[in-house]
Amino acid sequence: MVIADVPTKIVYERPGVLDPRVTHYCPGCTHGVAHRLVGEVLEEMNEVENTIGVASVGCSVFAYNYFNIDFVEASHGRAPAMATGIKRVLPDCTVFTYQGDGDLASIGMGEIVGAASRGEKLTVIFINNANYGMTGGQMAPTTLPGQVTSSSPTGREVSRQGYPIQTAELLSTLEGAVYVVRRSMHSSREIRRAKKAIRTAFEVQKHGLGFSLVELLSTCPTNWGMTPVEAREWIEERMIPAFPLGDYKVSSAVAELKF
Amino acid sequence: MAKEMIKGNTAVAEAAIRAGLQAYFGYPITPQTELLEHLSARMPELGRPFVQAESELGAINMVYGAACTGKRVMTSSSSPGVSLMMEGLSYIAGTEVPAVLVDVVRGGPGLGNIAPAQGDYNQIVHGGGHGDYHMIVLAPASVQEAIDLTVLSFDLAEKYRNIVAVLMDGSIGQMMEPAELPPMQPLNTETPDWAVRGTHGGEKRVLTSINLDPPAQEVMNLRLMKRWQAIEENEVRFKGYFLDDADYVVVGFGTAGRISLSAVHAARDKGIKVGLFRPITVAPFPKDVLDDLTQNVKAFLVVEMNSGQMLEDVRLVVRGRKPVEFYGRMGGVVPFPDEVLTEIERLVEEPLTTEGHPRDRWLSRLAATIG
Repeated sequence: MVIADVPTKIVYERPGVLDPRVTHYCPGCTHGVAHRLVGEVLEEMNEVENTIGVASVGCSVFAYNYFNIDFVEASHGRAPAMATGIKRVLPDCTVFTYQGDGDLASIGMGEIVGAASRGEKLTVIFINNANYGMTGGQMAPTTLPGQVTSSSPTGREVSRQGYPIQTAELLSTLEGAVYVVRRSMHSSREIRRAKKAIRTAFEVQKHGLGFSLVELLSTCPTNWGMTPVEAREWIEERMIPAFPLGDYKVSSAVAELKF
Repeated sequence: MAKEMIKGNTAVAEAAIRAGLQAYFGYPITPQTELLEHLSARMPELGRPFVQAESELGAINMVYGAACTGKRVMTSSSSPGVSLMMEGLSYIAGTEVPAVLVDVVRGGPGLGNIAPAQGDYNQIVHGGGHGDYHMIVLAPASVQEAIDLTVLSFDLAEKYRNIVAVLMDGSIGQMMEPAELPPMQPLNTETPDWAVRGTHGGEKRVLTSINLDPPAQEVMNLRLMKRWQAIEENEVRFKGYFLDDADYVVVGFGTAGRISLSAVHAARDKGIKVGLFRPITVAPFPKDVLDDLTQNVKAFLVVEMNSGQMLEDVRLVVRGRKPVEFYGRMGGVVPFPDEVLTEIERLVEEPLTTEGHPRDRWLSRLAATIG
C-alpha cells in the first residue's frame, strides 16, 4: 500500500483564528502555545469576530500579528486601562489583554489593580516567565530569589532587590476580581488545564460576571540559558514552589457557571 | 437657549455632553475637579460611560482605548496630571485617533499650587510627549468661549484624527459668568472605517503606534506633518481688538489676553493707539496675521501668565523687525490690568530696541518689583 492510499483524517490543525505566519518567538518559548489556547477558546466560543485584543509591551508586543482579530497595542503596562476604555464603550465585545510579567506586575501594577478592583469585565492572559524577555532577560518583579538575570548577575539578592510578586494571590484579594487562577505551560497535562482556565475566564466575561485573570507560568529558554526541555523542568522544580498552581479566586457565581 | 450663570469647569463638562461625548475618563485634580464631578453625575444619567481612573496614566489610556473605537471621548486634568498623560498623548498621536483633552492650568513647576497659570503652554503647544506630533490647542478667554471651543474640539479631533487640547487656566475653570450652553446633539452611532469593533465578518483592523521599520515610520511622520500643514492652512483662529489703527499691539491668550483687553481699553481712554491680538488657536499659531501686523505697528507687548513661552512663537514671526517687549506673572500670580497698562505706557514712552531678549529686560524689572 502506498502512502497516498491510506485514508486520512485531520485530527489536529492550526486554528483559523491564528495567522499562518512564523512568529518571532524563540524556539521552546510557550508564548505560541498560549496564543493557540486563546485562539482555540475564542473559536470554540464562536467569539472570534466579536473580540478585540489588547497587546502589551514585551515579547508579546506583536501578538496582534498572530491573531486574525481586531487588535490595539497598548503602551507599557497600560493594557488594562486601554481595555477598560474599549470595553466600556463596546460592552458587547469580548475584550482581553495579553501581558507579560514586567508589563503587568511592574510598570502596570496600578492599571491591573485598578481594572480588577473596578470589576472591569475583561479577561487578562498573564504570562509569567520570571524575567523581562524582550529586553534581554533582566530581573522582573517575578524573578525568583537567587535567580541570575542580566540585571541580577550574581542572583537576585532579596536583601537588596526584594522578593517576587505573587500576582494571582495579590489580585485575588480584590472583590471585583471574580476568577483568578494560576496554571503552567510546562507539560501537556498542565497545558490542557490552562486551556480550561482560559475558557472559564472568557466565559466569565461573556456572562458579565467581572474581572478574570489566568496567570500562566511560561518558559524563556533563551534568556534562562536553557534548552526547551530544561526550561520546562525549571518551571516544575523552581517556579511552581514559588508560584503555586491553583484557583485563587472563584466567586460563587463563577463556580455555578455552566458552559 | 438663555444665558445662565455657570462655572467654567461645569460649563465645559456640560458642553462636552451636548457635543455628543460618548465616554469620559478622568482623575480628580484641582482646579479641574468640578469638570469630573459634573460628568460623574451626568454621564451615568444619560447611560454613557464615566470612569474615575486609578491615575492620570489610567485615564489617558482609557481614552486611548475608547478613541480606538471611534467614539467621542475626552479627559480633563490640570498641569501635574497632564504631565503624567504625556506618554498616552504621544501614543494617541502615533495611532492617529481623535481625542479631546482639557487642561485647566495651575501654577508650577512640580506640585506648584492651584492658582491660575499658563505655564503649560510649552508642554501642550510644543509637545511634551515624545516624537514628532502636534496637537491642536484652543485657548478660551471666557466661560462662553470655553463652551464653544469644547464643542469645536470634538469636530476638529474627528476631522483630522488628531488630539485637540482645550488650554484653559484655573480662573476660567473656577469662575462663574453668564454663558449659553449649546443644544443637545444626538450621539454618533456610526463606526468609522478605521476603528476597532470586532471583525464581524469584515477585515481585521489593528491600531498601534509601533513601526519598527524606520523608512515606514518616516512615511507616517510625513503624513502627520502634512496633516498639520492642512490644519495650519484651515484652522487658525484668533480675535483682534482695535487693530485697524493700532500703533502698538498687545499679544496675549486666554486669561492674560482678557486682562490685557481691560488694559487696552484703559489705554485707549488715554488716547494711546493700542490694540489686542488674542490667538484662540495657540496651535496652529496665527503666524500670518501676526506677520501682517508686524508691517504696520511700532511695537508689540506680549503678556502671559508664565515666563514668556508664547513669547518665543511671537518672536519667531516678528524676527526682530519690530521691538517686542514682554510682561508676565508666574507661579499662579494673575496680573492686574493696571500692571499691563503700565507696560503699555512704558512701550509708548520709553525708547524701544530690537536688541537683546525681552525676557531679560522683563526679569530685571520684575526682580526690582518682587525681589
